[in-house]
Amino acid sequence: MKYYAEYLSDAGTIAVDDTLLVKGAQAAAGSRILEGFKPLFSAEAVDRLEAEGYVISGKTHVGEFGLDLVGEFSYYAEKAENLKGAAAEAVADGAAEAALAVDMNGAARRAAAISGVDFLKPTYGTVSRHGIISCAASGEQVGVYAKDAEGVAKIMNVIAGHDEKDGTSLKKEYSFAADEAVSGKRVCIIKELAEKADEEVKAKIAAYAEALKKCGVEVEEVSFDICDAANTTWQILMTAETCNNVSRYDGVKFGYRASGYKNIDELYVKTRTEGFNFLTKSVILYGSDVLSKHRYDDCYGKGLKVRRVVADRFAELIEKYDAALMPATSKMSYEAYDISKAFETVFKESVFTSIANLIGVPALVSGGVQLMGKQFDENVLLSIAGCVEKEGE
Amino acid sequence: MKYELVIGLETHVELNTESKIFCSCGGHSASQEPNDCVCPACSGMPGMLPVMNKHVVELAATAGLLLNCEISRYTTFDKKNYYYPDLPCAYQITQLNHPICTNGLVKLKTSEGERDIRIKQIHMEEDAGKLVHVGKASYVDFNRTSVPLIEIVTQPDFRSAEEVVVYLNKLKTMFRAGGISDCELGTMRCDVNISVRPEGSEEYGVRSEIKNMTSFESIERAIRYEAQRHMDAIEFETEVLVQETRRFDDVTGKTYAMRNKETEADYRYFPDANLMPIIIDDEWFEEIKANMPAAIDEKADEYRAAGISENEIEMIIDNHNVSTLLDAVVEMGCDPKSAVGWILTECAGVLRKNGKLIKDLDISAEKMAAIIKMVDSGDINRMNGRKTLTAVLEEDVDPAAYVKENGFDKKVDTATIEAIMDKVLAENTQALEDFRNGKVKAKQALFGACMRELKGIGDPAVIREMLDKKLG
Repeated sequence: MKYYAEYLSDAGTIAVDDTLLVKGAQAAAGSRILEGFKPLFSAEAVDRLEAEGYVISGKTHVGEFGLDLVGEFSYYAEKAENLKGAAAEAVADGAAEAALAVDMNGAARRAAAISGVDFLKPTYGTVSRHGIISCAASGEQVGVYAKDAEGVAKIMNVIAGHDEKDGTSLKKEYSFAADEAVSGKRVCIIKELAEKADEEVKAKIAAYAEALKKCGVEVEEVSFDICDAANTTWQILMTAETCNNVSRYDGVKFGYRASGYKNIDELYVKTRTEGFNFLTKSVILYGSDVLSKHRYDDCYGKGLKVRRVVADRFAELIEKYDAALMPATSKMSYEAYDISKAFETVFKESVFTSIANLIGVPALVSGGVQLMGKQFDENVLLSIAGCVEKEGE
Repeated sequence: MKYELVIGLETHVELNTESKIFCSCGGHSASQEPNDCVCPACSGMPGMLPVMNKHVVELAATAGLLLNCEISRYTTFDKKNYYYPDLPCAYQITQLNHPICTNGLVKLKTSEGERDIRIKQIHMEEDAGKLVHVGKASYVDFNRTSVPLIEIVTQPDFRSAEEVVVYLNKLKTMFRAGGISDCELGTMRCDVNISVRPEGSEEYGVRSEIKNMTSFESIERAIRYEAQRHMDAIEFETEVLVQETRRFDDVTGKTYAMRNKETEADYRYFPDANLMPIIIDDEWFEEIKANMPAAIDEKADEYRAAGISENEIEMIIDNHNVSTLLDAVVEMGCDPKSAVGWILTECAGVLRKNGKLIKDLDISAEKMAAIIKMVDSGDINRMNGRKTLTAVLEEDVDPAAYVKENGFDKKVDTATIEAIMDKVLAENTQALEDFRNGKVKAKQALFGACMRELKGIGDPAVIREMLDKKLG
C-alpha cells in the first residue's frame, strides 16, 4: 500500500504517522537511524483510539523526523511518491477515515493544505505527547487529519485530555464540536503572510473570505509584522531541541548501527553519518550552534524572550477577533527538489506554520488555507471551517 | 614561605527514594543484576517523557533546610549534552538556572576551632549508568541511570584536608539521620577544587579539580598530595601549574591530569521543555518542614537528657529507621531507655542471627511499643518478650495474639510456685546436695529446672528470690 511504511490491518480506519509509536510495529520516523526499532508500547493517543474500538490501518510514511515540507525525504519511500504527505493522501483518497500526526514544523498542515483535507494542530498540552518520537518538545503536538471539521472533532474527543505520563499535558476537560454558531464572528486576514503566497493561494484566501461572509462572519485584513521573527525564532528553538532529542540515536542501544568501527567514537560517527539524512544533519548542526556557549545568549536565550513577545503580540491582535486567516503554504503543490536545498526551503515555507508551534495556539487547515485562534479556541476554528464546508456543498 | 590551601567541594549524594527520578523503576538499592531496573524511559527509548518524582524534591529541600539554605519556591530543570555510552539520552537532566537550594551555611568543629562553610547551591539531577569492561568488550548497565542525586556545591571556604573530612562526616551523619541518603561508599562522590596561595594573599592560585572520589581517605590523601604538588611548583618551580581536571590514583597516591579546562567540552545547557517548572507552594513547603528531622545537635541533646549513652546516640542518629522508630515508640508512652535497649540490643540480636544489620530493621512502631509495654508492666517476662519479638521480626505476627496463644501472659500464684519448687527440689536431690556442699552453680541448675516446670511463665526475679529463701 503506497501510503504505509508498515501496513497493519485491513479492518483499520485510522492511519498513524510514523512519528507516533504503535506497539510492535517498526517506529522509525522516516529515518534509517531507527531501522528495526519496535516499541514496547503505543502512543497514548493510539491507546485511547483503540480503547474506543478504532483499528489502526498502518504507519504512514513521514519525512525523516518530520523535518521536511510534507514527507519527501523519507528513508522508506521514494520522494516523488510522497509529495503530498502520505497520511493526508490516505485520508483524501478515502483509504483512512482519519489519521494522527505530530505537527512539529508544519509538515502535517502543509500536507493537509495541498491534499485538500483538514488537519488540526491543537493547543499545546491538549493531546498527550507520550509515545511520539519527540523532536521539538516545546512546540510539537499530536494533531488529527480528517475529511472535514466534524471528522476532526470526533477523533479529538477521543484523544484529548490529561495524561500523567506527559508532564506538559494540561489538567483540563475537553469537548470538541464543529457546529457551534459562527454568525457575527470576526476573522482577520494576516496581510504579511497572505502576501508571501502565490496567486493561486491568494485566490484561495479570497474565496475563503467570501465563503466566511456567507456564514455571517466579518472579515478584514490586518497587519502582523513579526511573522518572520516568529519563524526564525521557532527554527532556532526547533533545531536546538531536535538536535538534543536525536542525540540518543547513537547506535549503542537500538536502531541502526554501522559496521566496521574500531572504537566508540567511530561507532557514533559512522552510525550517525549513515543513519541521518542531509536535512537532519543540517538541523543538528544549526541546533548545536545556537546552543553553544558563545551563541546561546544571542540565539536560544533571545529566542525564549522573543517567544514571549510573539505570544503577547498575537494575544493583542486576536483580542479584537475570533480567529486569524492565513495561508498554510506558499503554493498548492510541491515538486521534487534536491535535499541539499532542503533546510532553506523548509525554513522559508515554515513562515506560515511556525507561529502556532512557537506559542502553542491552535491552528486548523481546511479548504487549503489556515485558521489560527486563541488557546483552547479549537471549537471556534472547527465551527468556522465546518460552516464554510457546509456552504460549499 | 607559608602557604594557604583554598578548597571548594562538589558532593554528589544518591537519594534514598523508592523509585528513580523520572520513571517508576526501583531506586538506588533495588537492583540485583545488571539492567534489572530499566524501562523504556531510563534507557532512552523514544516515546517516553520524564515525569517528576515528588519525593526527590522533598528530600532535596530537606537537605537544603538541614544545611540552612534558602529553598527556591520556583525551580526548573535543564539538559546537559554530552555523548557517552552510559548516558542513554546523550543528555543529563540537571539544574543550572534555578537550583532548588541556595546560600546555605554549615558550622564545623575542627581542631583549629569553629569554621563556617558557605553552601553555594544544591541542585537535583539524574545519575548516569555504568560501563563494565570485560576483555575487549564493554557492557552497559543502566540500573543507576536516572537514580536521583543531589549535588551540594560549597564556596571555596575550606583551608585544610581535615576541614573537608569533618564536613563530609557531618553531611553523612545528617543525611543518614534525615533519611536523605545512605551516604555509603559509591552513593556519595566528591569533586575537589583546590588551589594554593601565599598566606595573606587575596588572589586565588591556579586551580585543579580532582574528580570523582568516593572514600574519605582518598579525598584526604588526594588533597595532601595535590597541595604539596602546588606548593613545590610555586616554591621550587618544579612544574608550571595549569587549570585542569585531575584524577587521584589510590595505588600510587598521586593525581594525574585528565583534560585541560581550556579544551573542555561545551555542554550546551538549555531548559528542559518536557518538565514544567516546579512550584513549591506554602502548603507543600510547610509539609516538608513539618516532616523534617530535627537538627542533629538538638536531637542528640534530647536523647542525652533521657539518659541514653553517647555510643547509643551515635547509633540512633546514624540510622534513620532507628531514630524514627524510637521517637514513635516513646511518643506512644514507652520509656526511652527501655526502648533503646529493645531496639539496639534485642532487635539487633535477632537481625544478626538472620545475617542482617540494624539498618535493615523494619518493624512497626505499634508492634514494638506493644512488646515493650507488656514487658515493662510485668504482663510477660523479658525472656518471653524476646521470643515474641523474634516471632514479630521473622514472621510478622501480632504480638498480643502471639503472647496469648503461647500463654506467656498466664499468671501463677505464689502457692503454685512453691508447690513446683518443692517438686523440683525433691526430684533433683543430687543438685540440692551439690549446693549444700558449696557448689554455687548448682543453684542455677535448680532455678532453670523450676523455670522449665513453670513453662517460662512468671517473673524470674520473684522466682529467684523465692528459691533463695527456700534454700536458706
